[in-house]
Amino acid sequence: MATHSFMRLFRGTSVEEGQSVRPSPHKHRLTRRSSGMAELARILTSQDTLCVLDIGSTSATNIRYLTELGHKPYSEDLLDASTDPSLLVRDELGQMSLDGKRFLSENLTYPAAQFDVVMCWNLADYMDETLVKPVVARLWSALKPGGALLAFFHTQEAGIDAPCYRYHIVSPDTLEMQHIEARQDQRKGPVGSTQNANPGGFRLQRVFNNRHIENLFRDFGSIKFFLTRDNIREVLVVR
Amino acid sequence: METPKTADVAHIGRSVVVKGELSGSEDLYVDGQVEGTIELKGNSLTIGPNGQLRADVNAKNVVVHGKLEGNVRATERVELKKSAVAVGDIFSQRIAIEDGAYFKGKVDIQKDTPKAATETAIKSDSGRVSEANSAEAVPAGVAASAGTSSGAGTSKTPVIEQKKF
Repeated sequence: MATHSFMRLFRGTSVEEGQSVRPSPHKHRLTRRSSGMAELARILTSQDTLCVLDIGSTSATNIRYLTELGHKPYSEDLLDASTDPSLLVRDELGQMSLDGKRFLSENLTYPAAQFDVVMCWNLADYMDETLVKPVVARLWSALKPGGALLAFFHTQEAGIDAPCYRYHIVSPDTLEMQHIEARQDQRKGPVGSTQNANPGGFRLQRVFNNRHIENLFRDFGSIKFFLTRDNIREVLVVR
Repeated sequence: METPKTADVAHIGRSVVVKGELSGSEDLYVDGQVEGTIELKGNSLTIGPNGQLRADVNAKNVVVHGKLEGNVRATERVELKKSAVAVGDIFSQRIAIEDGAYFKGKVDIQKDTPKAATETAIKSDSGRVSEANSAEAVPAGVAASAGTSSGAGTSKTPVIEQKKF
């Protein structure tokens, strides 16, 4: 995959002003209103028994929200899976790189047109650069025609230290944000694969501007942007 | 973590390895390794923190502290504790997932019986716990068919029968 110079651009500074988040009753959690989620919720509440894929960290809140609406949620923590140390291989130049082919053979292995909705959250901002486009292509394939995908992207103003959150749906237009803390222990899966977070937590890898986002989702039928006051762009795309 | 009462729960200790089909009519606590299938219709399965299962599970209630790869069918409730690593699909009337649990798969809430309200219970940092009943006490009689078994640590060892693959 071609390396895009824009992915290297990052000159933002940490900015707290304009944050619309507020403390949540839950420990270490903030809540924020989400227009993108509200739009997606209209789809979720208007139809029964949808197949919904959540590729953020495991969220019991989201599973409850979706099952209460009668949907079938699928959970797959792609960011966590992408940090599997065994995915690191040496390329022909002797440089360490992620084995994207193996990653895609072990993750997102769904039949074509399986899902009505995909909740991507902020995955693209924190995932290794080489995986982003292949993962979006795989998601396009996994979505039904007319299916919707919700994704969040930081603006430059968010700063390089923007913490990685997982998002819990607490109401149709409100999300609870929980900082993803690094696990100190390495977790070995039942098949022996090691799944662990980076020791320092997940770091913002890049910033997409609107044009980059449109390019990333160019195979989709439509794209809708929602501007927020907390340095995040919400994007709802439809296959 | 609550420890099972050994008097009414069959126990597979951490050093035990079982390959094959396990079935029984009493509750089962697994802290060892099981590969195959587990059938405990009407009874509960608890996978301890050291438990590692590569098995499809059919039980009344399933509680996971350890690692499980396989599909789970529970007639009442599935509970993933914070240390759980579960990969596979879950079919159950209720499911409770603690904050910190890792889950990869599908959740399919079953609505077969009238009391099967679509309730997904959550136990999170806030400490809210589901209202689902715990496992019921169980009569005796475990019958298991398995391939290999080794080690000790069982407080009530199931009957093991050989089964070749």
